[in-house]
Amino acid sequence: MIRILRQIFRTGIVTEPLPASAEDEIKLVGTKLEETIRKRFSRSLTIRQVDAGSCNGCELEIHAINNAYYNCERFGIHFTASPRFADMLLVTGPVTHNMEIALRRTYNATPPPKLVVAVGDCGCNGGIFGESYASLGGIDKVIPVNIVIPGCPPTPIALLNGILKAVS
Amino acid sequence: MSMLVDALTSALRTDVIFDKVQYPSSVICCTVPQEKFSEAAKVLKMAYALLAAEWASDETLFGRGFSVFACYRWGKEYLIVRAELSADNPEFPTLTKRYLPAYRFERQIQSLMGIKPEGHPDMRPWIKFEDWPQDVFPLRKTFDASKPMLRVKGEYQWARADGEGVYEIPVGPVHAGIIEPGHFRFQAVGEMVVNLEERLGYVHKGIEKKFESLSWNEGVRLAGRVSGDTTVAHSIAYSIAVESMTGCILSERAHWLRALFLERERLANHLGDIGAICNDAAFAFMLYQLSRLRELLLRTNHKLFGHRFIMDRVVPGGVTVDLDDQGKKDILSELDIVSRDFEKLIVIYDETPSLEDRVIDTGILKPKRARELCVVGIVARASGMNLDCRLFNPFPPYDQHDRLELAVPVKVTGDVNARVWIRIEEIRESIRLIRYILENIPGGPISTDMRMPEPDSAGFSAVEGWRGEIIYWLQAGPKGEINRCMVRDPSSVNWLGLERAITGNIVPDFPLCNKSFNQSYSGHDL
Repeated sequence: MIRILRQIFRTGIVTEPLPASAEDEIKLVGTKLEETIRKRFSRSLTIRQVDAGSCNGCELEIHAINNAYYNCERFGIHFTASPRFADMLLVTGPVTHNMEIALRRTYNATPPPKLVVAVGDCGCNGGIFGESYASLGGIDKVIPVNIVIPGCPPTPIALLNGILKAVS
Repeated sequence: MSMLVDALTSALRTDVIFDKVQYPSSVICCTVPQEKFSEAAKVLKMAYALLAAEWASDETLFGRGFSVFACYRWGKEYLIVRAELSADNPEFPTLTKRYLPAYRFERQIQSLMGIKPEGHPDMRPWIKFEDWPQDVFPLRKTFDASKPMLRVKGEYQWARADGEGVYEIPVGPVHAGIIEPGHFRFQAVGEMVVNLEERLGYVHKGIEKKFESLSWNEGVRLAGRVSGDTTVAHSIAYSIAVESMTGCILSERAHWLRALFLERERLANHLGDIGAICNDAAFAFMLYQLSRLRELLLRTNHKLFGHRFIMDRVVPGGVTVDLDDQGKKDILSELDIVSRDFEKLIVIYDETPSLEDRVIDTGILKPKRARELCVVGIVARASGMNLDCRLFNPFPPYDQHDRLELAVPVKVTGDVNARVWIRIEEIRESIRLIRYILENIPGGPISTDMRMPEPDSAGFSAVEGWRGEIIYWLQAGPKGEINRCMVRDPSSVNWLGLERAITGNIVPDFPLCNKSFNQSYSGHDL
């Protein structure tokens, strides 16, 4: 136990000492995000992430916004296990033929008002996979999309930025 | 002469015809008559070979029918056995009775290529869902991949367990975390899992078909997106296969830079995995600490190579980004921090009884079973199999074994703890390797010009990604275009291991077992 405490103590809070450029960006995005979330979602924005066919690159970066550096929880953003509690669907793509029905069902299970954010180049327009027998292309081919976050995969800062755009 | 070739030629004699257009020359491809396909498997099984992959190719553009291939591995040797099939009624004898992993490979061949494995015990489609039209075979040349498919009515037959108190838990495809989609169906009695049946294919994006519409140089971008977390290893595997077909000789520096990227990818993923495994045993401390170290690596990647996962930096003919002296210093100082904190955290992992209680003896994949299933990579090494392409089928620079002195850890307990320890020791080894690479990396250009592959030639490569052995097999068509690109991610075989490992465990341990395997859905579904 003493080792755990010592490690925690020694590590300190890493959320602060970021490289200067990134730190400014995160703070700027974060403060705005926090304000909007406080106002519109009474301090908590709940996100349900849905992989509709991605290569799992985008998932890695969505994981990263939860790490100690980006620490999205401090802005009131957290991820939920069920679409029934979600304010926002964060969908990575392209939407595959085999995931289309599951994505529609998840969308229908989310209570309105709901926001849909399409993540990554593939989520925007199908990316390198395009449209084919197995891939239907971007998320907007299947459910209405509010905001897109391009990138392959988008960086954690781009993700936070995109979420801010969607809620404001 | 290799052992496997000897075994095959002494048993089948004149029936074995050697193929001249298979590259690299160290990987031998031979053709046997269609009816001897299964007999060849029997002979090779007696010679202790493991089945590495099985696939089919549509060769109608060459004026032939179809071909089915099985790739066997024994120690350092790979042997590809091919059988030519007729165009009208393609079928071949199943290998399932000799090799368990053929079970899924052949369901996939049947579903996507429409070739019947004669005698296969389970003819349910795989990846092709029940709502696809029956006569759709995407990998055939006659199939138009650009049109969307219609949906038809159909039902999937699940495996059932009957009896008093047996109940069923369906999970997915949309899971409760930030992970990829797949469906799992548990038959359970009380807390205990009697059987787990996986249903994958949800992220089938038609990758193998897509390759056929791309040029050789564009293909590497797609290979880098087969499974995002393994982007470097997949790009290297694709590139090596193309380079072997064109006789392209890379500069030493390009090889060493590729190895640097590969080890950094292994390091970042293993760090994330150990954290996530501990998190699934409710020990979140490790997740936050290790994802902090992982983030440090990704940031250095971004700074030095312009991408956090080093995506699109490996291309056929070399790499697109170089490393300067300042970069070396950055990596070394980052590694000092990572390795210092990592060792402290491992002491904590090792000394926390509540964690031990969860990971030891959970999700055991016994060595005998692992061999039957021909699993690869970390899963195989945790179950007593000494397999690593960096050691046994070395690609440069790993072929300079006397210099790199790569140590490959092997454990025999096959539980979650063993899979964690394999990762821990591989992290230490990767850190050592990266330091060695930085010290000894030779100078020179980072890329070489490459001509295009000759028509009707084939290239093969096996690369050890962080999950395990990745195999690419490429075939050039009559005009020198990509006729077929077969991708075998380690997940294609290791998912079978998870089904076996979970049986007899309690349902709440499933996330823990699943995470300790951490297989790719995208790499499997393609």
